[in-house]
Amino acid sequence: MSSSSAVQRGGTKPVPVAAHRFAIATAAWIVLLIIAGALVTSNDAGLAVPDWPLSYGSWMPPMVGGIFYEHGHRMIATVAGLLTIILAVWLQLREPRAWVRKLGWAALGLVILQGVFGGITVLMRLPPPVSTTHATLAELYFVTILSIALVTSRWWQRDLPLLEDASSPKLRTLAILTSAAVFLQLILGAAFRHGAFNLMPHEIGAVVVLVLSIVTGRAVRKRFGSVSDLRRWGVMLSAIVGTQFLLGLAALWAVSQAQHAVQPTVTYISLTVIHVLVGALTLATSWMLTLSCFRLIRPAGAEAVKSNSAAARTESSRA
Amino acid sequence: MSLVRTVSRALKCRVIGAAGVAVFALFGCRNLSAPKSVEVPRKPVPTKTVDLATAGSISGRVTLAGKPPELHAIDMSAEPACAKEYSTPVIAPTVVADANGNVANAVVYIKSGVSDYAFRAPSEAAKLLQKGCMYEPHVTALMVGQNLDVANDDQTTHNVFMMSQNNRPSNRSSLPGSEPVVESLVAPELAIPMKCNVHPWMKGYVFLFDHPYFAVTHRDGKFELTGLPPGTYTLVAWQELYGTMEQTVTVAPQGAVSADFVFKAQ
Repeated sequence: MSSSSAVQRGGTKPVPVAAHRFAIATAAWIVLLIIAGALVTSNDAGLAVPDWPLSYGSWMPPMVGGIFYEHGHRMIATVAGLLTIILAVWLQLREPRAWVRKLGWAALGLVILQGVFGGITVLMRLPPPVSTTHATLAELYFVTILSIALVTSRWWQRDLPLLEDASSPKLRTLAILTSAAVFLQLILGAAFRHGAFNLMPHEIGAVVVLVLSIVTGRAVRKRFGSVSDLRRWGVMLSAIVGTQFLLGLAALWAVSQAQHAVQPTVTYISLTVIHVLVGALTLATSWMLTLSCFRLIRPAGAEAVKSNSAAARTESSRA
Repeated sequence: MSLVRTVSRALKCRVIGAAGVAVFALFGCRNLSAPKSVEVPRKPVPTKTVDLATAGSISGRVTLAGKPPELHAIDMSAEPACAKEYSTPVIAPTVVADANGNVANAVVYIKSGVSDYAFRAPSEAAKLLQKGCMYEPHVTALMVGQNLDVANDDQTTHNVFMMSQNNRPSNRSSLPGSEPVVESLVAPELAIPMKCNVHPWMKGYVFLFDHPYFAVTHRDGKFELTGLPPGTYTLVAWQELYGTMEQTVTVAPQGAVSADFVFKAQ
C-alpha cells in the first residue's frame, strides 16, 4: 500500500486526533465490558435476569447478587453501543478514507449483533452455541475498534517508508497466522467455558498459539529488531502469550478446585476472569502487530527498499 | 492497496465465520451445559387400577456408612437480606446425615413394575418455598399432572431456573411478594436441577413421577411406599452426591416389605 494515500485523499485533511483518542477510549471501555461479561459467566449469573431487553420488567432492577453482574454488564454494553454510534457517525462525517468509514459502520453492526446475541442467549437459557457466538463476537468487535484506533493515529497516517522482508515465511504471514490462531483459541476457550466443547481442543490450541508466538516474536527480533514500531509489538506478544499460558494453568487449577464448591469462589472468579481478559489482550496485541506489519512491510513482489536506511527513516519519522 | 484488500478479506472471512457460527447457534440450541437428569422411558397408556384390598407396602431407611464429606458454609454476604436470617453458618444440604447416619433428602421410588396401572395426580399443587435464599424442601417429588408452586418468602428477587430435559426448561422471575411461580410439568423426569442465578448457592432438585410410589426422606432417613399392588418391583434410592442404588423387592398381597439402602461415603 502506498503510504501517501493513507494521509491525503482529494486534498482533504487527515483525521483529527480527537477521533483517534475517542476510538482509544471506546476500546478501553470495551475492555471493561469484556471484564463485566467474564464476571457474569464466572459468577454463574447469566440467567440471573430472565427477561430481555428489560430486567425484571424495568430498566433498573434491584442490583443484588447475580443481577448486579448481569444487569451491570448490560448497562456497560449499552454505553459501548452509544460510544460506537458516536464513533461511526464521527468517522462518516470527518474520515476521508472510505474503508475506514466502513470499518466504523462494521463496528456498529457488530455491537448491535452482539447485543442481539446477548438477548437471544438469555431468552433461550444459554444454549452453548449462542453463548459461544456472543463471546466470539465480543472479540471481533474489540479488534475492530482497535483497528479504527490504529488507522486513525498520526503514526499510521505518516509517510512511512516500506521495509523489505526477504525471509520466508514472511513476517506478514506469520503475524496473520498468529492472530488467526489466537482468535480460534479464544473461540475454543469460549466453547469450553459455555459447555459446547470439552477442554482438550483449547489445550491443543494453547500449544499452537505458544509455538506460533515464539516463531513470530523471533522473526520480529531477527529481521526488524531495530524497528521499534514492530519490536514493541513483538516483545509484547511474547510476554502476553507466556503470561496467558501460565494463567491458563492457574485457571484450570481453579476450575478443578471449584468442581464441588457450593458457589463460585473468589479464587475461581478471579483467575477465570483474568484469563479471559488477558486472552482478549493477547488477540489485541497480535492484531496490532499484524496491522503494523502490513503498514510497514512491503508486500512480496514489490520494489525492494534497503532495510537499514528504511529503519533509520522509520525511527526519525516518529520524532 | 493490498492492506485494504487483506484486511477486508480477513474481516469478511471473520464475519462470514461468525455468521456461520450464528446460523449453527440458532439451529443447534440444545443446552449441553445442563446436567442430565435421568430419563424414565415412555410407556403405553395404562388401564389397570390398584385394588387396595390386596395392596401392600415397602418401608425402610436410607443411611450413610462412613464419614460424610466436609461441606463448607455458604457465603451469603452478597445478599444481606438473607444473611441476616441466620445466626449460624448455613451449610449446603448436599449431604444431610445425622450422627446415626440417617440420610435426609434421599428419594426412594419404584423404577419399574407399575407401568400397567393408571394413577390420578393429586389436585393440590406441590409447594416449594424460597426462604432465606434456600429452597425448602431441598428435594421435591410430585406426580405428572400436579403443579409445582414456587413461592418467594424473601425480601429479595430470585429467578427460578428449572433445567428440565423431558419437560420444557424455564427461567422465570420471582419478585418479593409476588404470586408463586407455577410450573406445570407434563413428563416424568428424575432429578431435575433447579437453581437461582441471583444467588448461585441456591440449588434444589425436582422429581416427577407418573405413579404415587415415591418418598423423600426426612432427618430420620425413613421412607414408606403404600398402596402397592402385589408384584415384584425395582426399588431405587437416589442421593444427590452418591447417586443411585437399586434392589428388587417382592410385595405379597397385603404384605409389608422392609428394604434399607446404605450409601457408602467416598
